Amino acid sequence: MNKYEPVIGLEVHAQLLTETKAFCGCSNKFGDQPNTNVCPICLGHPGSLPKINKKMVEFAVMMGLATNCKINFKSSFARKNYFYPDLPKGWQTSQFDEPICSNGFLEITADNNLRTIRINRIHMEEDAGKLIHDETGFSLVDLNRCGTPLIEIVSEPDLQSPHEAFQYLSKLKQILLYLNISDCNMEEGSLRCDANVSVRLTGDKSLGVKTELKNMNSFKNVEKAIQKEIERQIDIIEEGGKIIQQTLLWDADKEEIKIMRTKEEAHDYRYFPEPDLLPVIIDDVWKNELMSKMPELPDVRRKKFSNLYKLPEYDCEILTSTKELADYFESAAKHSDDFKSISNWVMVEVLKFINENNLSVNQFRLSPINLGKLINLINDKTISNKIAKDIFAELIERNIDPLIIIKEKGLTQINDSKFIEEIIDRVIKSNQEQVKQYLAGKDKVLGFFVGQIMKESKGKANPQSVNELLINKLSLMKN
Amino acid sequence: MPVNREIVKHIAKLSKLSLTDFEEEKFTLELNKILEYMEKLNSIKTDNIETMSYPVDGFNVFREDEIVNSIDREAALKNAPQRTDEFFKVPKIL
Ligand SMILES: [Zn+2]
Repeated sequence: MNKYEPVIGLEVHAQLLTETKAFCGCSNKFGDQPNTNVCPICLGHPGSLPKINKKMVEFAVMMGLATNCKINFKSSFARKNYFYPDLPKGWQTSQFDEPICSNGFLEITADNNLRTIRINRIHMEEDAGKLIHDETGFSLVDLNRCGTPLIEIVSEPDLQSPHEAFQYLSKLKQILLYLNISDCNMEEGSLRCDANVSVRLTGDKSLGVKTELKNMNSFKNVEKAIQKEIERQIDIIEEGGKIIQQTLLWDADKEEIKIMRTKEEAHDYRYFPEPDLLPVIIDDVWKNELMSKMPELPDVRRKKFSNLYKLPEYDCEILTSTKELADYFESAAKHSDDFKSISNWVMVEVLKFINENNLSVNQFRLSPINLGKLINLINDKTISNKIAKDIFAELIERNIDPLIIIKEKGLTQINDSKFIEEIIDRVIKSNQEQVKQYLAGKDKVLGFFVGQIMKESKGKANPQSVNELLINKLSLMKN
Repeated sequence: MPVNREIVKHIAKLSKLSLTDFEEEKFTLELNKILEYMEKLNSIKTDNIETMSYPVDGFNVFREDEIVNSIDREAALKNAPQRTDEFFKVPKIL
């Protein structure tokens, strides 16, 4: 057992996929010309009045429901005051003592353990603008992002390793994508993660002093940065030092931790209720309506794939990794009942094509119907598995009934054993040297024969029949 | 005296104000006077009265998620003390 154990909690910010900002009607689109999606409200002009985007509230509730949270009947907004040029009002509109969701949990699997990670709260808030630092000694401000709706998901310090943090974050992302409420692009900043990290002697009940790690812009970096921070804290304690409460920045290029500020300089946010926004009340009617709009979530879907399609756990995990892939599988499963074959084709050939061409599942051209038909053609022995793979690229390209391609190319599988036997005889006759080797006990030459026979038949001979007939013929020669 | 000089310094720092010694002293006294005056409110009995955070009653005032025209960039940047063609310009922030 390790002498020390880490205690980790994550604060995750997700930008919501609404059309407009949190409190004004400006477009929420990423990447537009600087300062073109702005108005008096998000610019913080005096006298302007914010108004709550209903969709933001609905998305926050959906995330709460998906993470087993209590949806609070009443929630309200508050002003979090701080002075920084990316926030022209001088405060961030956020939630404080009355968040929209609280007391949830997520189940994750890490190192074969099923772990329950409690979620303290989910609240709504607005994003700040973007600062660009130029060489002239000035900073440039783009306020397009200012006012973008966010949810912040705050976990309890239940994570026990960097790997668990990674798994928890992956699970959150998976759910956000299933719900289609955030695009979760960490590089573009639509998903951001801060980590609270402390260490203590293994088995200790009390918590050590924690530090806050920021600026980890990829999943891999989250895992790496937390690992580094745990090692840094253990080193300090081992050398007799004390951990001080600090905010730290991860430098991904140098893979280093830098100190951003210590507690004495910590912000004093002076939260108070936002008088310009009335409270939000979510009754059961609204809550149930939102629940009925939600898709099946990954855990439910995984269990369904195991029970209904009788697929191995590994297949279920991969196929339900995204909603799009799970939908694709289920559509194909309507057209062929060989679920395991569909699973294999989707996990190997389809995913290979998608990854090699950098596509999303939705951009994959071959319809699930035509994939189902292809599998049926293999199963009824019209074509071999090999032929199916050979024509797969063309099938994707044309997205037509695979039978058309097979007929065009004359690729129908030959199951006629008389015809196959003729080829076998020919191949045996012209490869006497290999026959001798086989008879002398060198079983490996069998593969050579199969290869030659398949080549002779232009890949059309039923490989199983070839195998059986070939072994029969050769074993007769042994005697 | 609920407000001492340290608190005044802290508030000044949060407000990005630099105060002279004289001003610190002056504002400590003035802030205390204001707070003492507000203390009078505490003499009113407020048991069984719910906290009021809003001047008006009501809840769930929403807008639909529909784009409303933003203002032009020129109008947005017009009042900025410093700007470029596209951006607000502020002293370097680290
Ligand atoms: Zn706006």
